[in-house]
Amino acid sequence: MATVTASSTSSSLVLAHALPLDSGQRLEQVTLAYETYGELAPDKSNAILIFHALTGDQHVASPHPITGKPGWWDRMVGPGKPIDTARFHVICANFIGSCMGSTGPASPAPDGKPWAMRFPVITIRDMVRAQVALLDALGIERLHAAVGPSMGGMLALSLAANYPDRAERILGIATPASMSAQNIAFHEVGRQAIMADPAWNGGDYYGKGKGPDAGLAVARMAAHITYLSEAALAEKFGRRLQDREAKSFGFDADFQVESYLRYQGITFTNRFDANSYLYISRAMDYFDLAEEHGGRLADAFARCKSRFCLISFDTDWLYPTSEMRQIVHALNAVAAPVSFVELSAPYGHDSFLLDVPALDRVIAGFLNR
Amino acid sequence: MSGLRPDLAVIARHVPPGSRVIDVGCGEGELMAVLRDERHVDARGMEIDPEAVEKCVARGLSTVQGDANRDLADYPDDAFDYAILSQTLQTAERPDLMLDELLRIGRKAFVSFPNFAHWRMRLSLLWRGRMPVTRHLPVSWYETQNIHHVTVTDFLELLRLKGVRIEKSWFFSGERELGAFGANWRAEYAVYLLSR
Repeated sequence: MATVTASSTSSSLVLAHALPLDSGQRLEQVTLAYETYGELAPDKSNAILIFHALTGDQHVASPHPITGKPGWWDRMVGPGKPIDTARFHVICANFIGSCMGSTGPASPAPDGKPWAMRFPVITIRDMVRAQVALLDALGIERLHAAVGPSMGGMLALSLAANYPDRAERILGIATPASMSAQNIAFHEVGRQAIMADPAWNGGDYYGKGKGPDAGLAVARMAAHITYLSEAALAEKFGRRLQDREAKSFGFDADFQVESYLRYQGITFTNRFDANSYLYISRAMDYFDLAEEHGGRLADAFARCKSRFCLISFDTDWLYPTSEMRQIVHALNAVAAPVSFVELSAPYGHDSFLLDVPALDRVIAGFLNR
Repeated sequence: MSGLRPDLAVIARHVPPGSRVIDVGCGEGELMAVLRDERHVDARGMEIDPEAVEKCVARGLSTVQGDANRDLADYPDDAFDYAILSQTLQTAERPDLMLDELLRIGRKAFVSFPNFAHWRMRLSLLWRGRMPVTRHLPVSWYETQNIHHVTVTDFLELLRLKGVRIEKSWFFSGERELGAFGANWRAEYAVYLLSR
């Protein structure tokens, strides 16, 4: 099954109108880069919008243009796969603030120079507003489903709260209704690592050869730890040494886990923009769906007519089951049709990307009924 | 009601079309599916086993994985017209508190349970001196999930203490429905429709 790859279409669209932002500013000439898979039905009723995660992109099931690796959800999206492109028209757009073709800090500002830190601070709701404008442009009134794992789930929940008529189904995987203090803290470590790198230069590093790769790599290393469970790290690396018989009594990557993290950090800098990392992580920190709706999470969903399915993983300590249960609780309070399941998987938060057959079954079951 | 266990069939027949229902311990959603498809009921489920929840989701049934001992607290008062608890009361940590919760989130409740005072049980204890293993309760004492053995008379006493009203009751021996006469001897299991 994994050998079947969806054929995709890469597109890019400039929004017809300026995008109003939660900060009060407006963003002109917003570009959204997106991929589509599968045929759109004549009545446009079979569209599924997938929201990607923090460092994800629109290449959900097509090779990444820089790394050449399969799409990040290649195992989930394609003909005959749980999100079946033989049946559904799948859309995945790079959200604004990112760096894979949609407008972000690396894009040119009206003066022709990169926005860099002049780019406005954006929110999850701003990202959703831009994607709703994309749906408008595509003539898609009502999605069969909006699907989001991790940060993408924040966008899916925000869509449900702010555009209650746009999706028949909302599927959120390993995602919270607000960022916890612990998660804001991890983000702050990442941001400070980037900003402490002299090459960051106040965000003004475009076209100057070298960006803050060292800082961005450290940010990725710290974040990557949060994506894995302690058991997964113990199983994968334990205390095993990397290509050596004995400890070096130095500060090389003696341990396999160090070597792995360093590799994750370095390869990340080849495909991601440091300023985008600052802006997107900030948008996540600001996310608090209850706060947006008068402090009561249930009120966020009061007008929504969608069916919900929420999935957590028992080893995910980034967005744990207890936080997802708060969303279930809120949905129950407004009598929204909601299913929730905590799946057992050993890999921590990253379980949504990995081989968890029960995840495939729940997703397919929810989307097909 | 197509292929349902007799206690579930009696419940399905008595839930008015269009009502809002929660099936607590809904398993793979057999009752909810019938309620939705044949009675046009807005049915929700709670189930502790993730694989059963998965099956419900694949049937298009809204089901929350949860532990009824704890997670009924997540629902507001009067969230449902009916709360259903079938063959689960005797597995609850505190059946009395679970009954409170059912009648808090539901205006009415269907409760079914196996009657541990059925004559076969009494005989087993009296003559063999053994905890009963019967066709209806086929599991030995050391592995049964039934931690609170209850009889029809015990249940009536609990309802009296709590001031819960009985709207209707049904008694069964196997597939066969019995009258209320001598139910505490004759019924293998009982179904009650309760209100506050």
